[in-house]
Amino acid sequence: MLKTFHGRPIAPGSVTAEAVVTKNGFNTLASMQMMFIQPKTKCVDQSNPDLFNKILGGKALCLPQTIGSTTGGMFLFSAVEIGKAPACLLFSKEIDSLAAAGAVLSDVWSAHKMPVVDKLGDEFLDFVQDGDRISVKEDGTVLVLR
Amino acid sequence: MELTKEQQALLDGERGETMAKVMETLVRYGEIFGAEKMSPVTNEYGHLVLSFGLTFLGPVFDLYQKLIDEGCLAGQKFTCDPKPYDPKVPQSPIQKVAAKAIFGKQKRYEAQLKKLGILSDDSYTCTCYLDEIGNTPKPGDVLSWAESSAVVYANSVLGARCNRNSGIIELFGSVAGYVPCFGLLTDEGRKADWIVELKTETLPDAQLLGSAIGMKVMEDVPYIKGLDRFLGSELTDGVKTYLKDFGAATASNGAVGLYHVENLTPEAKEQGEALIREHAKVYVIDEAELQRVKDSYPCIWKDPEAKPQLCFLGCPHMTLEQLKDWTDKVEAGLRDAGNEKVLIPTVFTASVPVIRAFNETPYAERLKRTGVVVSYICPLMYMDNPLCKTMNVITSSNKLRTYTSSRYYSNEEILQKITKEGK
Repeated sequence: MLKTFHGRPIAPGSVTAEAVVTKNGFNTLASMQMMFIQPKTKCVDQSNPDLFNKILGGKALCLPQTIGSTTGGMFLFSAVEIGKAPACLLFSKEIDSLAAAGAVLSDVWSAHKMPVVDKLGDEFLDFVQDGDRISVKEDGTVLVLR
Repeated sequence: MELTKEQQALLDGERGETMAKVMETLVRYGEIFGAEKMSPVTNEYGHLVLSFGLTFLGPVFDLYQKLIDEGCLAGQKFTCDPKPYDPKVPQSPIQKVAAKAIFGKQKRYEAQLKKLGILSDDSYTCTCYLDEIGNTPKPGDVLSWAESSAVVYANSVLGARCNRNSGIIELFGSVAGYVPCFGLLTDEGRKADWIVELKTETLPDAQLLGSAIGMKVMEDVPYIKGLDRFLGSELTDGVKTYLKDFGAATASNGAVGLYHVENLTPEAKEQGEALIREHAKVYVIDEAELQRVKDSYPCIWKDPEAKPQLCFLGCPHMTLEQLKDWTDKVEAGLRDAGNEKVLIPTVFTASVPVIRAFNETPYAERLKRTGVVVSYICPLMYMDNPLCKTMNVITSSNKLRTYTSSRYYSNEEILQKITKEGK
């Protein structure tokens, strides 16, 4: 089954990756604070049962928005720079200011890319599941293959 | 976005490529949220969230070095979040070694901050807005701050205007002197999306109430009714302290950048229900709802029955009055239980200027006798040490609970545990 969604490209780019999904707000600091000592970035946020203990590095992270500490954008930027970030961030809602900062900082200052798309709609998050194959296009089109 | 001639010149590279990229970042960041202009930063000082020289945040320090090398320094002095390490806080020798490795770039980063424009060596605290620190914005001031608890306090209690900026973005705003005008900088963005009706019989624990509201409204603006029954209509020092802790929980358990408390906070007093958007959602909070929220917190200790190894109070940093008040409470608790010293190693955290003021009072010696340690550390950064992460830490900070493996208890429960129960 293939389903197509259209969003707004915040940091345009193309990538294909496996989905990991949270219906809860993604607390960047709480989730990724141990990425530096993990071989692959794993979620350590005890308050997020959707993601706790799951691998985030290299995955298509599907989420409503990010929450929590204002170190969020900085952590995302560092994750992109050291190659430990998710392959892409796919937001069902309008992106929040912390994730937006991380997306723009990475796009302007880093040689590595992490495509970011927002406004994919609630239907996107209702549909997408862990393990789905995701393809992101430059124009913000997201293909979900199951 | 429409830029002034001066702003456009920065973007076009008049002050070099690095400054142009700083401006490009701010403009693109603002355009995502529909900003049509950049607003000049009007507060005297900035505030940075990054205070720790975490070895693995190398990309951030490299970026900051680029700013220094290119002369892109902050046009305003700034304060900064608390330091991550204090030898006074109990740690095993191996934890100390690990902390030195983890925060291996601390000296380099503090040297960078001096060049970039930190206000003073005492300017490391998340409560920069307290009188003792002096980074207290005026109503209507436009800020370039990060640190979620400080931003929500400045917006809600002081009536200043600041978005929930990320680290790096806040420094860029201080460097460029402008921030994109959107969200909480605009009148429309400060309107309430939620009405919170507080129906409890007594004043709830600040960080439990804040947690409940944060988790419900996420990044929206709540207008809170019924809290003035307990707090009154004046922003006394005690009320501001309650709102400091309450706001920190709304901002960390959710993503609240501004709240209004009916008849109490400045904009709610001026504008009343005109602040509430049409069709605002309603969230009713009573004792049962608070208990439901508290019961929902997971415990990830290996042994949930284990004896706590450490207790942290002061996330965000405590005020002078809180330190005095807790001294009285701990002394009384120990006296009632027939104990001389706290039964769990306990650390109270506050800024250096507040600790200095506290040390000038007789309370300091009294607190010392109870065995409680006072430190300027950031408890969150202490817990970032993987060897400390596995410790059984208790706290009355819902902010600390959210970001770490620590366990939340109300202030009353914490007092019982450290003075009477020891478990």
